[in-house]
Amino acid sequence: MTNTPYPLDKADLLQAYRTMRTIREFEERLHIDFAKGDIPGFVHLYAGEEACATGIMMHLNDNDRIASTHRGHGHCIAKGVDVHEMMAEIYGRSTGACRGKGGSMHIADLSKGMMGANGILGAGAPLICGAALAAKFRGDGGVGITFVGDGASNQGTFLESMNLAAVWNLPVIFVVENNGYAESTAMEWAVSCDSYIDRATGFGLPGVTVDGTDFFAVYEAAGEIVKRAREGGGPALLECNMVRFYGHFEGDAQTYRAKGEVENLRANRDCIKLLAQRLTETGTVAPAELEAIDREVNALIEDAVRCAKAAPPPVAADLLKDVYVAY
Amino acid sequence: MSRKISMKTAINEALDLEMRRDPTVILMGEDIVGGTGAPGEDDAWGGVLGVTKGLFAKHGDRLLDTPLSESAYIGAAIGAAACGMRPVAELMFMDFMGVCFDQIFNQAAKFRYMFGGKAETPVVIRGMVGAGFRAAAQHSQMLTPLFTHIPGLKVVCPSNAYDAKGLLIQSIRDNDPVIFCEHKNLYGHETEVPAESYAIPFGEANVLRDGDHVTIVSYGLTVHRAMEAADALARDKVEAEVIDLRTLSPIDWDTIIDSVERTGRLVVVDEAHPRCNLATDISAFVAQNAFGALKAGIQMVTPPHTPVPFSPSLEDLYIPSAEAVAAAVRRTLAPSPRSTLAA
Ligand SMILES: Cc1ncc(C[n+]2csc(CCOP(=O)(O)OP(=O)(O)O)c2C)c(N)n1
Ligand SMILES: [Mg+2]
Repeated sequence: MTNTPYPLDKADLLQAYRTMRTIREFEERLHIDFAKGDIPGFVHLYAGEEACATGIMMHLNDNDRIASTHRGHGHCIAKGVDVHEMMAEIYGRSTGACRGKGGSMHIADLSKGMMGANGILGAGAPLICGAALAAKFRGDGGVGITFVGDGASNQGTFLESMNLAAVWNLPVIFVVENNGYAESTAMEWAVSCDSYIDRATGFGLPGVTVDGTDFFAVYEAAGEIVKRAREGGGPALLECNMVRFYGHFEGDAQTYRAKGEVENLRANRDCIKLLAQRLTETGTVAPAELEAIDREVNALIEDAVRCAKAAPPPVAADLLKDVYVAY
Repeated sequence: MSRKISMKTAINEALDLEMRRDPTVILMGEDIVGGTGAPGEDDAWGGVLGVTKGLFAKHGDRLLDTPLSESAYIGAAIGAAACGMRPVAELMFMDFMGVCFDQIFNQAAKFRYMFGGKAETPVVIRGMVGAGFRAAAQHSQMLTPLFTHIPGLKVVCPSNAYDAKGLLIQSIRDNDPVIFCEHKNLYGHETEVPAESYAIPFGEANVLRDGDHVTIVSYGLTVHRAMEAADALARDKVEAEVIDLRTLSPIDWDTIIDSVERTGRLVVVDEAHPRCNLATDISAFVAQNAFGALKAGIQMVTPPHTPVPFSPSLEDLYIPSAEAVAAAVRRTLAPSPRSTLAA
């Protein structure tokens, strides 16, 4: 883990583990509480995909912007959005990241460079081109990352944005989170090309495909691409092949998946298990250190849920607030 | 210093002044510079009708020609606005809104509310609206009601060069997303315009003509039809008050209601398609809030419920005429059926 251009010290590795565990625990808790009927609206869980958000975001700072998707909790946590504020938002409370006006699909924290989860598939790509353009005008070295699923990768906005970013030489990274499904529709059927690298090549962008369940693979590939963009080398595409542990959204019976598919993925392609294995087998980290993190994360999420439940909902006056800056 | 200039020049001047004042103002759009990457001259076009001509020479790479990709560059303008820039994106013809509307009504318009008041999106989307250019169904619509419908958007539609300059300067300084609608048949229209910078606040209608008998409300090109009608009516001793809305969202309800309470009669003239447009909106508002003041049924003057036709003979029929406005006024002045019955 030191013979790479992007060395990680022990603190970094423990931080990566903590971030991934926080996302997992956050999502598993939502899965349970949603089933109990505690949570209103649509909830799309990122469980199984943690290595992607974490491996990429470790290269970013608050000055870098990301545009997320409907499945945005993992991006938020990895980008440093406050977990308590996120949980409160999902519960529709006034203490939420968006004061209860956005919910799971619209969590944002611009101070952290998180430009919003998005309920419109593919909409983040043009927005992040704008964020990157602003960074370019300011000359502050900031980069923009837009995430799309395999489904949203068919949107015109995504394809147009790759062209725009190439033509304007913007510091944008297009991350395709390929989990094989768009709701119930298989990627193999709905995406016309065999490899996203072909799509990138078509727009004059370099493209890289990695195993998105391998934290180190994501981390290394993202490091290269982010560095290149920061230095003015222009946009690139990164495809992360990953797996979705739960349904498309909570309440999805997943009858379109093969029997045993999820169990198999959980057993063999769990990115957190894989990371923990690498860390302990190499002797970098003792199992007890990871267990300590697990306990801290559990306590954090428990507290976030407790605070969210205790927090007041928005009041009637909030209905009319913040439509405009001034009207 | 004030001189007579066209609305097109006034818009160009507003962009120039704001770009000088504020380095975060950037312009983007298809061919707004013109000739980018082509072997001939730079700054070849300055927009498809030349509105931004000459700005590239003054402001260089703060003007960005875009690929033909409305979703991408309108979205980029919005994303840049959310990150501290003040982009003015030209959509050429507002009819192209269908291609990129998501970025405007689901993204720009909603960021502030959806993110709990934590975002500002000071973007201006400017583009051409309106019929009369023989440009047919896909290059001639107003679409103003579509934008007005959306909470979070501000909608501006000037009727003359003076207003265009002051309203565009306000639009650029405004911290909310603004849809700035330029009637293509007013580009050549000239009025006295001060050379210096000035902003016209939103939500303040302009009373172009005082009158006690009837209130005519309009915006954009049809303001001029309303004025022509008012002049014709004055020859018959009918004094119409003509209100130019200037901004549709926010809208100046007070000026409309005050006027109707005095005149008791209302004619609304809207070049947009007739269903769910500004005319129906204003009529409903007045009926709800000043019903007691009305001495006659409200009249709406709009095009028919059709796409904009191409043939000049048909297009001229399509656009509300001064005669149609005058006829509508006369209908409000005719004795009502009830008073006829009583007589
Ligand atoms: C423009 C748009 N079309 C359709 C939807 C409904 N929708 C929400 S998620 C989804 C599938 C997304 O698949 P993918 O992009 O692969 O992301 P994943 O859910 O797998 O993370 C669809 C069709 C939407 N929200 N927005
Ligand atoms: Mg998918």
